[in-house]
Formats: sequence, C-alpha cells, structure tokens
Amino acid sequence: MTAFLLLILGLALTSFIPRASFILLFARWPVPAPVQRALRYVPAAVFSAILVPELVLTAGSVHIGLDNPRLLAGILAGAIAWRTRNTLITIVTGMLALHFFGYLLS
Amino acid sequence: MQLHPQILAAVKACLPVLPGVFAFGAISGVAMVAAGMPHYMAMAMSVLVYAGSSQLAALQLLTSGSPLAIAVLAALVINLRFSIYSLSMAPHLAAASPRWRPLLSYLLTDNGYAITLRGYERPLGAGDKVWYYFGSCAAIWITWQIGTLTGVLLGARIPSAWHLEFSIVLTFLGIVAPTIRDRAVAAAACAAGVTAVLAWPLPLRLGLLLAAAAGIAAGMLVEGILEERRR
Repeated sequence: MTAFLLLILGLALTSFIPRASFILLFARWPVPAPVQRALRYVPAAVFSAILVPELVLTAGSVHIGLDNPRLLAGILAGAIAWRTRNTLITIVTGMLALHFFGYLLS
Repeated sequence: MQLHPQILAAVKACLPVLPGVFAFGAISGVAMVAAGMPHYMAMAMSVLVYAGSSQLAALQLLTSGSPLAIAVLAALVINLRFSIYSLSMAPHLAAASPRWRPLLSYLLTDNGYAITLRGYERPLGAGDKVWYYFGSCAAIWITWQIGTLTGVLLGARIPSAWHLEFSIVLTFLGIVAPTIRDRAVAAAACAAGVTAVLAWPLPLRLGLLLAAAAGIAAGMLVEGILEERRR
C-alpha cells in the first residue's frame, strides 16, 4: 500500500513538472527561431513514435505481414484518417477492421 | 452562468476524440484495480497524476517486480514529451494570468495539445486562445475521469477480447495522419516510427525520446533540403 502511495506521489511530480516547464516555470523565455521551426514536427514525431510500435510489434518483436491484424487495421484507419480528417470515423472503422481481420486470421 | 464561446467551440472540436479518451481512461482504471489498488486510491491516482500512458507503464513495471524508482523514472521519460508541448503552448497562453497557469499546466495532454493547435489554425485573440485551450482540456479531463471511474467500477468485467486498448492507437492515428500534408512532416513521422521500433528494446522506454528527437531532426533536415532546392 505504501508503494502505491509513493508511486502516486512520484508520478504526480513527474507528470506535473514537464507540463508546467514552459507554461508556468520558464514562461518568460523567448523561444528561439530554430526551436520554433523544430516545434512544427513535434506532433507528427511524438505520435508516430507512440503508435508505430503498437502496430508493428507483437510481444516486443517486429511482426510485419498479412497475419498481423493490428497492422492491417492501422494502415486502413490511417488512410481513412488522412482522407476524411475525421477522428471518430477513424476509430470506428479501425475497431471494426481489427475485429474483422482478427476473425479472418483466427 | 454563460460559457465563453471559445469554450463551446473547443468542446465541439474535441467531440471526435472523446470516445478514445473515455476508452483510454477506462483501460487505465481497469489496470489500476488489477494491480491491486483500492478504488479510492485508483481515483486519487487518476486525478493527481492524470497521465495515462505513464500510469500504465509504471504500474506494469511495479507489478512485474521492478523497483519503485525505476517505475517513476520510466514515467518521467514518457512524460518528458509534455515539456515540448508546454514549450509549444506557452506563447499561445501569454494572456493567461499567473494564478491560472498551474491549472493550465496540469490539464495539458496529448489530445488537448493536438486539438488546440488545430484550433489555432484560424486567427484567434490572445484571450480567446486561452479559453479555447481551457475548453478542450477541460472536456478531455472530465471525459477521462468518467472513463477511469467506469474502468475502476467495472474492473475485470470488460472483456479483453474487445481490444479496447486499440482505440488509443486509433485516436492518435486519427490526430496525426491528417497533419501529414507535406514531405517534411511525412519524413518526421517516418523517421520517428522507424526509430521507435528499432529502439524498442532500450530500457525505461528511452526509445520514445530517441524516436521523437529523430523525427524532429528528419523533419528539419528535409525542410532545409527542400528550401535549398527552391533557391
């Protein structure tokens, strides 16, 4: 139980400090031009870094092929997201595709 | 009481991602109860920490026998991306008073950041920008906490065969894929994705940081090359 309390305390700090870093703590820092240019690529880089392993890895090892339902559903959902710019349609078709491909492959 | 019009606009812009936020919240609720947390403690964690992926990773490390310090360190690595969002958001929140800044910081999330940036593509006054940010973040916070509560109460009764966790991936995909409209951004996404897969075996989820850095570098590199060619 103490471990959980310490974990909550530790995580509360490690999540708040990065969030507050520039909005609260260094709010007066003038952002240099190269950093501003770099910021344009942050969403694409960070989100891609989070989600590509989720599609491509199975239990920690690379799994690229027609027998990976998450990869197939992800590619389909990505194409739909790119065309429609609609997050809800992306989620619904992606979930349906995951179950459909999973069913086909089982 | 009248809500600020920018709050309403922001909530409307958030609607498509809220199902994914709810599902992610529910998953983290289930995970906390499964790790042996009492209900009240799981809700306290959800409110105090409010960072789903770091909560899941830290709990997974702790319950698989890693020391507490390692679990917290892994969470810090995962949460470092918030400092980039914070840096990116700070100029837009210049009109916010110091009293509100702790709350505005606390509310910063992946989805809130992405939706707010998209909302800023149309011209907005400095005060309106703060309200827009607050509106989208508040909608996400409320949905997240309801999702977590649902997960905590339902616990193991949500069948794992539903693969609810995949809706998180799809939410991120729905956010990022439409932003890939030029070669530099595409290069950033590709480099980050490939690096994240190659660096996956690194401890403490350091691969995430490395991949984000590689993606940003690739984007700037391609931008530089394309500018060079235009001259």
